[in-house]
Order: sequence, then C-alpha cells, then structure tokens
Amino acid sequence: MTDEAGATVTPYDDGPLLVRGDFALVTPDGEPIETRRGTIALCRCGKSASKPFCDGTHKAIGFRTGRPDDAGPANPGPARRAAS
Amino acid sequence: MKLPSERGPASAALIDALRRPPHDLPDAPATRIGDDEDLQLVLYVCYELHYRGFDEVDDRWEWQPSVLRLRAAAEERFEAALRSRVAAHPPVPADAVPRALAALVAADDGPPLAAFLQRHATLEQFREFVVHRSVYHLKEADPHTWGIPRLGGRAKAALVEIQADEYGGGRADRMHAELFRTLMAGLGLDPTYGAHVDAVPAVTLATGNVISMFGLNRRLRGALLGHLAAFEMTSSLPNRRYGNGLRRLGAAPATTRFFDEHVEADAVHEQIAAVDLCGSFVAAEPDQAAEVLFGAGCALALDGAAAAHLLDRWRSAPLRAEAA
Repeated sequence: MTDEAGATVTPYDDGPLLVRGDFALVTPDGEPIETRRGTIALCRCGKSASKPFCDGTHKAIGFRTGRPDDAGPANPGPARRAAS
Repeated sequence: MKLPSERGPASAALIDALRRPPHDLPDAPATRIGDDEDLQLVLYVCYELHYRGFDEVDDRWEWQPSVLRLRAAAEERFEAALRSRVAAHPPVPADAVPRALAALVAADDGPPLAAFLQRHATLEQFREFVVHRSVYHLKEADPHTWGIPRLGGRAKAALVEIQADEYGGGRADRMHAELFRTLMAGLGLDPTYGAHVDAVPAVTLATGNVISMFGLNRRLRGALLGHLAAFEMTSSLPNRRYGNGLRRLGAAPATTRFFDEHVEADAVHEQIAAVDLCGSFVAAEPDQAAEVLFGAGCALALDGAAAAHLLDRWRSAPLRAEAA
C-alpha cells in the first residue's frame, strides 16, 4: 500500500482521514506533534475535541462526506434489545 | 489466577473436577447447567483454560473431551438465547456493510452509563464500574485475536493492524491491558488478572464470554468481526466521558490514560474495523454478511445489558437520563 508513496492518506466515508506509512505530523512552525500509533485518524468534520486527531465526534453531529447515494441520516437497523 | 467460586450445579461440578488430574466429568445431573449465573461461569472457566489457565489446574484440562462437551452444551444455550434476542439482519452487499454497521450503532438505545459516570458517579461507583470492566479489559483484545489465523488478505491485515495497536505496537507499557492495570492501581483496586471474577454477575461475564465463543468457533468468525466493529464504533465518545468523569473525581493523568488513549485509538480502529475488516471480509465471503451484523447486534445488546445492570444498582443516585 505504501510501496510507492512514503505514506498514504485515506478518506473514509462519513469519517476521518487515516494516515499510514512513513510520515511526520508537525505544527505550522515545524514542531513535531506526538503520534502514539502507526496509523492515525485526522479530524475531517472540524468538531473533534482532540484536533488534529479524530475523536469520533463526527458520528454525534451526523457528519456526511456526500457520497452520491446519500439520503440523509442512516436508517435504524432491526437489532433490538431484550428487557434487561 | 485462582479458580472462581461455584454458582450452580454445573459450575460446582466443573470447578471441583478441575482441582484434580484430568478425568471424565460425571454425566448429568451433576453437570446439568443451572441458571444464567451457572451458565456464564461454566463458559468463563472453560474459556479461561484457553487463555491463562488457573493456578491449581492441570493444563491438560484444556482439551479434555468431557470439558469440551460441557462447553458445547453451554455454548448451544448461550448462542440460542442470542439468536432469539438479536433479530436476524437481512444480508447486505460488502460495500454496504460499513453503513449497515453504522446504522445498527446509531439505532442502539443503550443506557446512559457514560453520561452518568461523567457527571454524577461517586468514586465508589466508578471503582465498581472498573471492577466490572476488569474481567474483560485485563485480557483486552485477546478474544478477538483468535480471528487472525481464520482470515486472509485485506481482512487479515486489517485485524492485525487493530490488534497490534491494542497490544501497544510492541511496547508492553502501552498495551491496553497494561494501561487498564495502571488505572486499577490508581483507584486502589487489585490489578491481578482474574482477581474480580467472583464480584461480577452473569450479565457482565457474558460480555467477555460472547467474544470467546465467537473467537473459538471458526463458524462464528463473521460474528467475531462484527462484534469487534461494534465495540470499536461505540468506544471513542464514551471513553471521553469516562476520562472526564475520573478527572472530575480528581484522578491523576496516569490513571485516566486508559480512557484518554481509547478516544484516539478507537477513532482509528472503528474505521479499519468497519471498512477494511468487515467490508473486506464480506467481499471475500459474501454469505457472512448477516453473521457480521449479528455479531455487532450481540455486542450492543450484551454491553447494554451490563451497563443497565450497573445503572440499576445505582438508581438511588441522582440519575438523569441523558443521551450517552
């Protein structure tokens, strides 16, 4: 996947950008931003409280990346919960 | 770890037998499985033989045929209960799997445990929550690892990518189970593997047992992957609330790190799990789509039931139902 490029950036539907491979994340001043894992998720919805990283908030705000087949919020699935 | 205390006829017969050299378990009625407490403890003990085992138990019990027969009977009952509890999902094509998983998660109306822990829980209630979670988190990621040799290609690479991160990317101090031990120690709880099994009810044991059942039965591999996806997709936002709740109670950064780490880690994992793992798996095995979604439904149902149990116990506290 990263044979040609040093790193890959993958935009996931309705979600963040995942960065894999050999990359450095830096501030506008060139200072390194610590990344604690090999694959990181960068915020794309603008609402993460952990920017530049994704913290899952895109789900809470219904962020959509606008695929052609988008028709609004996801439909509820059929899973149900027994009384507990 | 030590053998846990019995909870019914089958767990009593099993635990008693395990203290001695491997031999055939007596047949029914001694090994007839009782209520859910008995059932889930039997499963827990049978599965633990495949993980770390027990201090006083001969390792050869792991593959003793009569123990495997008892486990199969217990699994048959557990799986039947799950099949009737989680409605079958219609099959979907591989490229629709991530959206179908997201829809299941969005439709889930789990109890507001995270909101309660963030805003209202006392330190004692938080400690109880951590004790309950310890039964799984001290072996965090291990049950899903059983899936790795059962996959190929892109799905396998995706599962390894997630699991490697769960295990700290090769650094023992970053393993999630180790971060959980630090959390427990910071709260003055015994972080020894298996220390709190006797303190948690069947509804909590079931949350871990279901992953072991999916992981140890190759035919349930689709459900295993769907479970992992639902697990990861319902993690980032609650973990932020857990961390904030613990900070409200005055915990040190080292103690909250387990939760803080999961906010970022699981925001990565959920994409990999839904798209690269489950999507690729269903592309390779199209007839497994419904099983993937069944596994996701099981994760949501069982984790919700365990959360409801804790909230019910704390009912006297000033609980306001708020969206988690």
